Amino acid sequence: MTERFKTHEYDVLIIGAGGAGLRAAIEASSTGASVGVVCKSLLGKAHTVMAEGGMAASMGNVDDRDNWKVHFADTMRGGQYLNNCEMAEIHAREAGERVLELEAWGALFDRTKEGKILQRNFGGHKYPRLAHVGDRTGLEMIRTLQDHGIHQGIDFHMEVTVTNLLKDGDRVVAAFGYEREKGRFMLYKAKAIVIATGGIGRAFKVTSNSWEYTGDGHALAYDAGADLIDMEFVQFHPTGMVWPPSVRGILVTEGVRGEGGILTNSEGKRFMFEDVPPLYVSSTADNEEEGWKYVTGDKEANRPPELLTRDHVARKIVKEVKAGRGSPHGGAFLNIAWIKEHIKDSETHIKKKLPSMYHQFMELAEVDITKDPMEVGPTTHYVMGGIRVNAESQMSTVKGLFACGECAAGLHGANRLGGNSLSDLLVFGKRAGEFASKFASECEYGNIGTNEVNALVTESLLPVDRTEGENPYKIQEDLQETMQDLAGISRCDEELKTAIVRIGEYAVRSTTAYAPGNREYNPGWHTALDLHNLLVVSEALCYSAMQRTESRGGHFRSDFPEKTEEGSTYNTVVRRKNDGSMEVERVPVIPQSDEMRAIIEEYK
Amino acid sequence: MGQVTFKIWRGEGDEGHFEEYQTEVSEGMVVLDAIHAIQSDDASDLAVRWNCKAGKCGSCSAEINGMPKLMCMTRLSSLDLDNPIIIEPMKAFPLMKDLVTDVSWNYEAKKSIKPFKPCKPDAPDGTWRMQQEDVERAQEFRKCIECYLCQNVCHVLRDHHDHAEYIGPAFLVKTAAFEMHPLDEENRTLDLKDEQGIGYCNITKCCTKVCPEHITITDNAIIPLKERVVDEFYDPLKKLFRIFKPK
Ligand SMILES: Cc1cc2nc3c(=O)[nH]c(=O)nc-3n(C[C@H](O)[C@H](O)[C@H](O)COP(=O)(O)OP(=O)(O)OC[C@H]3O[C@@H](n4cnc5c(N)ncnc54)[C@H](O)[C@@H]3O)c2cc1C
Ligand code: SF4
Ligand code: SF4
Ligand code: FES
Repeated sequence: MTERFKTHEYDVLIIGAGGAGLRAAIEASSTGASVGVVCKSLLGKAHTVMAEGGMAASMGNVDDRDNWKVHFADTMRGGQYLNNCEMAEIHAREAGERVLELEAWGALFDRTKEGKILQRNFGGHKYPRLAHVGDRTGLEMIRTLQDHGIHQGIDFHMEVTVTNLLKDGDRVVAAFGYEREKGRFMLYKAKAIVIATGGIGRAFKVTSNSWEYTGDGHALAYDAGADLIDMEFVQFHPTGMVWPPSVRGILVTEGVRGEGGILTNSEGKRFMFEDVPPLYVSSTADNEEEGWKYVTGDKEANRPPELLTRDHVARKIVKEVKAGRGSPHGGAFLNIAWIKEHIKDSETHIKKKLPSMYHQFMELAEVDITKDPMEVGPTTHYVMGGIRVNAESQMSTVKGLFACGECAAGLHGANRLGGNSLSDLLVFGKRAGEFASKFASECEYGNIGTNEVNALVTESLLPVDRTEGENPYKIQEDLQETMQDLAGISRCDEELKTAIVRIGEYAVRSTTAYAPGNREYNPGWHTALDLHNLLVVSEALCYSAMQRTESRGGHFRSDFPEKTEEGSTYNTVVRRKNDGSMEVERVPVIPQSDEMRAIIEEYK
Repeated sequence: MGQVTFKIWRGEGDEGHFEEYQTEVSEGMVVLDAIHAIQSDDASDLAVRWNCKAGKCGSCSAEINGMPKLMCMTRLSSLDLDNPIIIEPMKAFPLMKDLVTDVSWNYEAKKSIKPFKPCKPDAPDGTWRMQQEDVERAQEFRKCIECYLCQNVCHVLRDHHDHAEYIGPAFLVKTAAFEMHPLDEENRTLDLKDEQGIGYCNITKCCTKVCPEHITITDNAIIPLKERVVDEFYDPLKKLFRIFKPK
């Protein structure tokens, strides 16, 4: 049978060219492995480019009391102790080294007076810890990795989407997908595959995420039999834009609050001072003056309540809105202009510290943030859940399949601290590259039947081959509505059950998705093919959320609004059963070693 | 705000035509929103690139009523809605389909720039110290989102198609980012003169006008680089020096 696809071979194949994928590729290539990278968009356009605030690493350049132990303890507290504590330890220990390595490759961070890398405050971090470049840290990171990576002999396949993984026995041995330009099909045979595809934000209607975030990596791993873990934990960032409607969901960096921005309601009240969670009472300012002192670097002061963890801030905003004290378009006011009370040339200061926020509001909402408050509300931002991996090696529960970055899970537990993602990408990207390469050096290419691959070609072409059927965009929109309404920031058993029924209906409808036109750069076709992934992650999310009958971190149950003791003992796992149905299971949380427990106690 | 008409370029390679679409627009919409609405309702195969929808990734470059812009940052309220809004792909690169062009040449051109080469770490802990003001000088160029709008308007590429001889303003900005990096000690002037054709630029400043990141491309990047080239290759004293002591 003739091949209806083109084949490439690599020791290590990386799916995704964000911070995690690029760092993995650089590492794998440095060990001498042949490396291919595929990405859905052009190189340099991945989500990482959008990250604003910074990357967390306890270098102690601004406050020398900081060290990896404090960072570790902060990460665990932020994750409400459901984190994979081995990952949290590795991350806290290695983040600083990874940031410095990025600097050696050309990244130019903002500086302290002594000429070291400057670090800024962020929610949940005890000390100023985020290395940053104004509010465009992600751009600096991805560009540095990209510019370094293109000279390392790595093959980049841009605008190629992987849709299937293929196995030989119990090992993953190839990835199959299509390239956008002509709609040609590609087979990448590899000895080891690293998934670094990012998140799932497109499952929701209001999101800070791009079209790429359809949970592809999650679904690829799931379909290949790998475990997904913690899928109930989605981070709703408290500050997305709410007005005008077309920009709803676009992120407003936490850096605004890190620089002193405050949240107020329609009555002008700073409502964050109320309801501070018990875990944080001792470290949170209880008056405005102290909060401001903290922002300006007073080491004795406690942090303002606006810098509490994201899950909490998001719910507080929703509460104000529900109580009728929201802003005109259903959010809260975020005010950075007020710092003029404390800073002489506040206008220049704000423009310098938050240049892209200034532009974003000026150009998209006609609001001058140096003079007026912004209107903000929660937006789907990040998924803590994802592919279950080994802490050391980042290998999933399927042989030869690795994962790193947002699509992998464990580090963040029930809630991610801001800035811990960019450092996550570097720390675990490097490890995934290293261990994937090692794995590859110990095995051969697997066997794949041409017929099997040709069948995938036929299946992929169904939406363009049909002559009638349903508009894939409409199915996607309906799914997004459902997830937003029934499985979003507040959930309950009944609604989750309804969501699952509807997801089943969308799955049926998706088998009739019709994309008029040909195979060449046809977004309707691409949207139709992405549906499967969105449906898998949505279903996994709902089942996991039903399983967790308590509220914790990014997961809030209106029918079980409290945190339970039992809830701190397990993580939720979903996997695909042989009959194709989804299985949910509780697994015990990875036990903390005595040493780690002592550190957590010490820095409580 | 009602119904607005869009005339959008549809086609592949050398063939194409304008197609008219009507869509309902509402307050605050940007051009990319309208494109998405059209895609979702009337033309699901309309090809367009985008990612961030916030002016950060540089994917959505196009020509809107003849002006090179990011579609995600162009508000409809800034346009004349009584007449059809004309949307075309960038012209300096081959068309793939509809609004999507083949920008792969840019990736090749960029590769020709010698990478960052740092000096030895100067601090006892094996890292570097840098002052904020020195960092800031290079940061302007590091804001580049690689949207290629400047490449699109530069007449050397757009009208004369000298892609083989000239890397274009975007990559002079990139070179400036490396050259003005406080730690970099690579020398790129010979390449600028010979391989990358900096001499082709005759300082028309069209590139600067369209840069969505407001990078002062001509004055701050290209002219200083041109000066470096002049200093190194055309300054009589230095030239003499070079004859005796080639680098
Ligand atoms: C607006 C915004 C601001 C943020 N700010 C911060 C911050 O300040 N600090 C912080 O720590 N974190 C921040 N985050 C989170 C952080 O940016 C992301 O979690 C992180 O960049 C994800 O990186 P990644 O490498 O895992 O994936 P990405 O950068 O998203 O890359 C995913 C890659 O996978 C590719 N891909 C996906 N599916 C496929 C497929 N099927 N086939 C082939 N390729 C595929 C994509 O094309 C892309 O190249 C922010 C996020 C957003 C949205
Ligand atoms: S100034 Fe130079 S680079 Fe810019 S558009 Fe004119 S000729 Fe091109
Ligand atoms: S210099 Fe400006 S216009 Fe040119 S590619 Fe960069 S951001 Fe775009
Ligand atoms: S979509 Fe990213 S710049 Fe327009």
